[in-house]
Amino acid sequence: MEASQKQVGQPLSRLEGQLKVTGTAKYSGDYQVPGLLYGYVINSTITKGKITRLDTGRAKAVPGIVEVFTYENRPSLAWFDLQYADMDAPPGSPFRPLQDEEILYNGQPIGLVVAESFELARYGATLVEVECEEEAFETDLRKEASKARSPKIGMATMLKPLPPRPKGKFEKAYQESPAQVSAEYYHGTEHHNPLELFATTTIYEGDGKLTIYDKTQGTINSQLYVSNIFGLKYKDVRVISPYVGGAFGSALRPQYQLFLSVMAALELKQSVLVTLDRQQMFTFGHRPPTIQQTRFSADMDGKVTAMNHLAIGETSRFEDYTEVVVNWSHMLYPAANTLMQYKLVELDVYSPLDMRSPGGSTGMHAIESTMDELAYKTKIDPLQLRLINYSEDDVSLNRPYSSKELRQCYLQGAERFGWDKRSPEPRSMRRGNKLVGYGMATGIWEANQLPAKADAILTTDGKLRVNSAVTDIGTGTLTVMTQIAADELGMKIEDVEFLYGDSKKPFAPIQGGSFTVSTVGSAVKVAGAALKKKLFSIAKKMKDSVFSKADLKEVVFEDSRIFLRSDRSKSVSFLEIIEANGGKPIKVSKFSVPSLLKQKKYSRATHSAAFVEVEVDEQLGIVNVTRAITAVAAGKIINPKTARSQILGGMIWGISKALREETIQDFNLGKYMNQNLAEYHIPVHADIHELDVIFVEENDEIVNALGVKGVGEIGLVAMPPAIANAIYHATGKRINQLPIHFDSLL
Amino acid sequence: MNNFDYLKAGDIQDAIGKSGSCTDSSYIGGGTNLLDLMKYDLAHPTTLIDINHAGTQDAVTETENGGLRLSAFATNADTAWHPLIEEKYPLLSKAILAGASAQIRNMATNGGNLLQRTRCYYFYDANVPCNKREPGSGCSAILGYNRIMAILGTSEHCIAVFPSDMCIALAALEATVNVEGPNGPRSIVFADFHRLPGDTPELDNNLLPGEIITSIDLPPQGFSDNYSYLKLRDRNSYAFALVSVATGLELDGDIIRNARIALGGVAHKPWRVPEAEEFLVGKAASEENFAQAADIILRGATGYQYNDFKIELAKRAIIRNGMMALHPETQLPGALPSA
Ligand SMILES: Cc1cc2nc3c(=O)[nH]c(=O)nc-3n(C[C@H](O)[C@H](O)[C@H](O)COP(=O)(O)OP(=O)(O)OC[C@H]3O[C@@H](n4cnc5c(N)ncnc54)[C@H](O)[C@@H]3O)c2cc1C
Ligand code: SF4
Repeated sequence: MEASQKQVGQPLSRLEGQLKVTGTAKYSGDYQVPGLLYGYVINSTITKGKITRLDTGRAKAVPGIVEVFTYENRPSLAWFDLQYADMDAPPGSPFRPLQDEEILYNGQPIGLVVAESFELARYGATLVEVECEEEAFETDLRKEASKARSPKIGMATMLKPLPPRPKGKFEKAYQESPAQVSAEYYHGTEHHNPLELFATTTIYEGDGKLTIYDKTQGTINSQLYVSNIFGLKYKDVRVISPYVGGAFGSALRPQYQLFLSVMAALELKQSVLVTLDRQQMFTFGHRPPTIQQTRFSADMDGKVTAMNHLAIGETSRFEDYTEVVVNWSHMLYPAANTLMQYKLVELDVYSPLDMRSPGGSTGMHAIESTMDELAYKTKIDPLQLRLINYSEDDVSLNRPYSSKELRQCYLQGAERFGWDKRSPEPRSMRRGNKLVGYGMATGIWEANQLPAKADAILTTDGKLRVNSAVTDIGTGTLTVMTQIAADELGMKIEDVEFLYGDSKKPFAPIQGGSFTVSTVGSAVKVAGAALKKKLFSIAKKMKDSVFSKADLKEVVFEDSRIFLRSDRSKSVSFLEIIEANGGKPIKVSKFSVPSLLKQKKYSRATHSAAFVEVEVDEQLGIVNVTRAITAVAAGKIINPKTARSQILGGMIWGISKALREETIQDFNLGKYMNQNLAEYHIPVHADIHELDVIFVEENDEIVNALGVKGVGEIGLVAMPPAIANAIYHATGKRINQLPIHFDSLL
Repeated sequence: MNNFDYLKAGDIQDAIGKSGSCTDSSYIGGGTNLLDLMKYDLAHPTTLIDINHAGTQDAVTETENGGLRLSAFATNADTAWHPLIEEKYPLLSKAILAGASAQIRNMATNGGNLLQRTRCYYFYDANVPCNKREPGSGCSAILGYNRIMAILGTSEHCIAVFPSDMCIALAALEATVNVEGPNGPRSIVFADFHRLPGDTPELDNNLLPGEIITSIDLPPQGFSDNYSYLKLRDRNSYAFALVSVATGLELDGDIIRNARIALGGVAHKPWRVPEAEEFLVGKAASEENFAQAADIILRGATGYQYNDFKIELAKRAIIRNGMMALHPETQLPGALPSA
């Protein structure tokens, strides 16, 4: 095939882009079916205790208000924890909405008002009288840090390995090393805050069947959750989610609006839409606050000798949410002595939930800031220090990487950034009345692959249709899958249709962890390959077939035809093959399973290096990230445009995490105080200056058949430490609590 | 949010009449604050009286004494971008443009801007104690997360901040607020318009029930040669001020002939200390002198833990803004400090 015809590698614009920017794309709250009812959730206003009295009478008396559901009148439901456990449930007992009178956290849903309009339902919620008996609570991680304990182990631990065992003799090696640094870090709570609010429209189909439009990162996950809890047959529950207005992990688990919408629809035998408002977006999962301590040591040549990294994360009282925070340093730096510890503290909050680069962005901030301190201690350039400690292998698990072009990330990033213009001393670079600082940091994220299935169909008009239950959370999944399918069959983009976001379609796992392209893309590829085989076998059997003596290796698929490689004048079109098939479509279905035997000999990871310039107003402390470059090694880049957007989005989030966003907690009240986008500060245009992305070439034949690693999280990981390091270089002040408020630099 | 009636007032007397004839009514301008308060279930008017067409929406008319009159019913955007404001009162223009977002400024009216309520988190949460919302219930902010709260003029009952940018410039310019009400018209000098919390934190200002702000008068002196508005906040745009400063200077060479300094983000009203301004008269426009003026302005400032930094920040901001006023052309958009 001619290289120019390849779709993979082309910077294709999002195929659904126009639908989205013109408002044509329908999101889960946009299905206005006749007779639709609207639900508004009542949330607990206390943090812990019991409901002692509920009076829904005044609300129910309002014309147009149909029903008020509370724990007192909800239908009886599934009993076992397992039935409430979704694919992403951590060990413990999942939260059950409207279970009983117990209040476990502030903002807990305690009722649902269903009415003929959203406004009426919301008004009704103000009329429901709730009395509670309050109990003592604790929501302050730092206050409770001494109660930290080891996390429970469960299914979730498979994708989130616990810290590796200690190696060597940390304490001794640390004490004996000439250069030692130790530091403590604190990250507060963050909420995902995708622009699209959480909404579920449950269409009551009448024959016991439900069609559910849900904001989710996993249609099948929502389907299983609903079926298990409400005792419905899987085939009677269909979950559809073609467009997702951002999720960032918040929709990895079914949220309570799904439960409440389905419950109300089943009870009322009518279709029900439940939309959460912005305040309610602060009443479920979040990035957990985390305390970290690091102690790293090196010899005076910069070789890291010992590393100790302890993280204490928040979890709820009912589940052990964990993330991978402390495993990364030893995947990067080959110290002989390590001690990695990860602990949890239970608090009266909802369970935390994966949020873009969960754990990685937290841990790497501490690791890469500590490395920066070590660079000053040993008087070695921070980039040089990373190169001195560069390891081709993953020493934490004693195995090679399937591929690792991190060195090229460092070198190409540094070159484009102009790192050599950095003067080593803090406070030594200026521009007018601004201090200028250069900082850099390494990024790493795992490159996983899960099983998934896909259908590929050659339709009667000679077009390709590929099906998968996967969602597109705004990352460009639709576009990228279409590209992969088009190349596999040698077709034009216009002739390929990828249908997705529907639990009726072949299995795909939840969309997260940067493993969607590797997982679903591989399924699309194997389904495409199987379809090719089938097309070829039909073509071979055609009367007077030009391929009668050929085998699959001797043909090429191009322009919706099969050509004999040795004699391109001999070919058969897909339409002729359909005709030979009696005018019927040709379909294959294929499961893609990662080749574990091959993969487990290798560590598989994406790498990056971020280089950042900050300007700090010396008198007022104001920080601007004036320039940032991230160089990424993520295997093959299927679509440089959507991939670049992912990295840019991650970098902006990195700026946000380092300098802007925080959920403000009031520990006296046990609640979040800035539950709106005016006070939850994400960056605005005026905060974002020059950003640039480099994709370093990386070939990987082990990671998966496509050689892709995923780009969803890696853009964020290295930015917060690079910014913190740049601020130190500019000001001589090391601020280890994020976000860095400008006044801490006064 | 409750159900409500909507009435449209044809002129000011009509509005006052309508207000007098219904209980629990509220005037509505752009609605950018009032509707939020209703959605948060904090304001429960049973009638909204739309006053957007009760008076002229032309932003600006010239007054006999050489000043300007701003219509209370004009939008913040039309006011900020009006050629006469940009030319004669650039301090006001810059202050308005440092506030909110373009979309909000297109809706927000000048009258509404004076009456916007505090952004105290606890005020906006109907389920926690707050003396401003529910007198006598207590103040959650004093021992809570009070990063955005006041350092000057606070009371044991309330430490909230009045959040406007526009009003900080109006205070520096010594504007006058013209109102009309059931008992006829009156004018209120700007310094007397907003209140300190004292033991009545529920009152933000001295407007009486049923009164409408009809216009705001600017005296002739607009400090258009030497002025600066500096706003310090947690992001570069679309955030309320942690500290802001409006400075206007009249200079004779290096020597200050007349000075105005008003602070935002630090008190329950725009904060001005005439003694500090008098101190500067006859002195050189230097960092040292601005620093001394700052000390006078910040006399008695107290932090509540998370907002302690505001005292030092305000001092630095006053100094910096004084120096920026010497070269107003170097001001950056969004009230970022100049280089
Ligand atoms: C997200 C957000 C960010 C913001 N950021 C900033 C900022 O950075 N800086 C800043 O200064 N402001 C900011 N604002 C506030 C904004 O400037 C005010 O909401 C706006 O000025 C209010 O004007 P309005 O006409 O919309 O008032 P409305 O909401 O209509 O009314 C507010 C109050 O004034 C009363 N009222 C209105 N007009 C009159 C009148 N003529 N006479 C008597 N009573 C009247 C109403 O009854 C009501 O009580 C922000 C607002 C939002 C929502
Ligand atoms: S500072 Fe004022 S507005 Fe805020 S909680 Fe206290 S009383 Fe209420």
